[in-house]
Amino acid sequence: MSARVYLDYNASAPVWPEAADAVDEAMRAGANASSIHAPGRAARARIEDARESVARLVGADPAGIVFTGGGTEANNQAIRCSGAERVLVSAIEHESVLSADEKAEILPVDPEGVVDPEALDRALAGDARSALVAVMLANNETGVIQPVARVAEIARRRGARVHCDAVQAAGKIPVDAASLGADSYALSAHKIGGPQGVGALVLRDPDAAGRLIHGGGQERGRRAGTENVAGVVGFGRAAGIVGERLEEFARLSALRDAMEAELHAVDPEAWTVGDRAPRLPNTSMTVMPGCESAAQVIAMDLDGIAVSAGSACSSGRIRLPYVLEAMGVDEAAAMCALRVSLGWWTTPDEIDRFVASWADLRRRTARRVA
Amino acid sequence: MISLDIDKPRAGARVVVAMSGGVDSAVTAALVAEAGYDAVGVTLQLYDDGAASARKGACCAGQDIYDARRVADALGIPHYVLDYRTRFRESVMEPFAEAYVAGETPIPCVACNRTVKFRDLLGLARDLGADALATGHYVRRLPGPDGPELHRAVDADRDQSYFLFATSRDQLDYLRFPLGGMTKDAVRREAERRALPVAAKPDSQDICFVPNGGYARAVERLRPGAAEPGDIVDLDGRRLGGHDGTIAFTVGQRRGLKVGGTGEPLYVIRTEPEARRVVVGPRAALARSEIALGGLNWLAGAEPPCRPTPVQARIRSARPPAPATLHASADGTATVALDTPEHGVAPGQACVLYDGERVLGGGWIRRAVRP
Repeated sequence: MSARVYLDYNASAPVWPEAADAVDEAMRAGANASSIHAPGRAARARIEDARESVARLVGADPAGIVFTGGGTEANNQAIRCSGAERVLVSAIEHESVLSADEKAEILPVDPEGVVDPEALDRALAGDARSALVAVMLANNETGVIQPVARVAEIARRRGARVHCDAVQAAGKIPVDAASLGADSYALSAHKIGGPQGVGALVLRDPDAAGRLIHGGGQERGRRAGTENVAGVVGFGRAAGIVGERLEEFARLSALRDAMEAELHAVDPEAWTVGDRAPRLPNTSMTVMPGCESAAQVIAMDLDGIAVSAGSACSSGRIRLPYVLEAMGVDEAAAMCALRVSLGWWTTPDEIDRFVASWADLRRRTARRVA
Repeated sequence: MISLDIDKPRAGARVVVAMSGGVDSAVTAALVAEAGYDAVGVTLQLYDDGAASARKGACCAGQDIYDARRVADALGIPHYVLDYRTRFRESVMEPFAEAYVAGETPIPCVACNRTVKFRDLLGLARDLGADALATGHYVRRLPGPDGPELHRAVDADRDQSYFLFATSRDQLDYLRFPLGGMTKDAVRREAERRALPVAAKPDSQDICFVPNGGYARAVERLRPGAAEPGDIVDLDGRRLGGHDGTIAFTVGQRRGLKVGGTGEPLYVIRTEPEARRVVVGPRAALARSEIALGGLNWLAGAEPPCRPTPVQARIRSARPPAPATLHASADGTATVALDTPEHGVAPGQACVLYDGERVLGGGWIRRAVRP
């Protein structure tokens, strides 16, 4: 088998060699960033450089960047520590948002997978309780971009705060925290080619964070625990790199669209979820009718191609596609969706191999069904 | 090194191995992989086990799935976990409860083999371009003049042919059972020799989704309210005592009958769920010499024989095959006439028909006719 084809960037992007080097260097340099001595101050400087780099990626104030143990923690902190009396989340949020508050009210999405701002307006109207609204910037499974600016505008008018999970969007499309208008954002390093286990909560008001992790006064008292210097440095380096490559990333949509057209040509019954809505340039979720996602992912893997059936759970088991259910996709089709996510290293040749593998599987399964 | 009778160079022959997380399927996977086949391990999550189901929305796999994955890692083969909980519930657990409530004694393992494993998983294996599906069942698939035949395992204590009678000829053609020629001890030794992570794991017992044989409780969970108290009566309809629900009783059962006073030991002769009655009687009343079968599956040729055929019939997994004559009809029903009456013929169980070591076929026991 020739080299593996990696088309699962939304699960985790390959690390940038420069980011890996930066992690290595910071880890070897060592020291506790809270220490007063020179090695400690050097570690502190590395963190602050990274903070500025991450802030630049999303147009935020470095003072509002709180490094966390990942996107999940950032989402958890934003929601669990908001102090809001009501939490409203869109139906297609990542599980780290959906699970953060079991009593959260669910906002519907339309058939293209776009959250309905008017539904939010109605939900907020005439309720005096303090509210937090969580709407992601781009969905991890479909890539569909959400009207966060509009959501923030409505929320502000209704006196509610907004948290935005920007884990999948940051570094893939231009993100300007100030103009989007949310009160907080979640980011993750490994989705942009940084190390796993580090993320950030981005705050419009640097002092507005509640505490999730208790202990020392690190991160200006907003996140306890000795700083993950190496991880943060890798995050900063990756943020710098992808921030310079947004135009290049935007061009992936041409490759992605051509790929989808080929799949639709192989099987005219195949269709792509959310393709009439604005999407991330790299994400495609396509239904191969009659062939379950699990079979597709396994068949591709055995052909050396890494793809996904939506978000993977920790045990690697394939779960029910709740995002598609929320969009009103019927269950039979939802069970047959495959997520392909391209990235900075993706080549047309890799897409050709994926399409060939997909077509092979389609032929095998069509024969069985017939 | 084993051979799986696949008409292809081994490296290009893909074999999906059903891995349960137990020692048998682990050795199966090891044998397939070491023989040079392109082995692919698949583990089915069939139901929520305790730890996982305790947490709402839990997305974690139980110990068996973990074990299967560690074995696959040790063997260096790809391994996948499939969420078959819905299929298992629909194809196995629900019909199991249904049958129990209707007064039958179902065998969910047969239903599982012929649906979830040999229909759904086998279909997936075909989708993956595999040439065969291998399992750790103790049964032999041997070449015959008219295609593959199903034979009892060499290890008579472990033989699972009873549970595989409903396998179709098409399925059998695709299936492989590398352990059929081995004893359980030999399988354990193979696991130990390779230091497989499951080498010392105890055998699984009974029905996988029914912990510790608590059938009645399992049925209660699936069919709340199914257990309604009623009477225990003798063959003449005289009330001898009471019970907490017919689902706790199966034909031939002696324990758990809280009736005294009669000198002779009493057995469950039949259950009457509509009347909520359990009918008991002496052992002699259990004797059956004719068994009516439905859903006859025939493996020895395209059609079951149209004239009376001598066979050996096994009416329970724990009973030895006994001499009998098969009278098959074209509509998938049959009558089996036993040379000597049997005493535990329970509707819902399978009657599996053998010619010596070979499985000819079998059917589901419908109603027993008195001699």
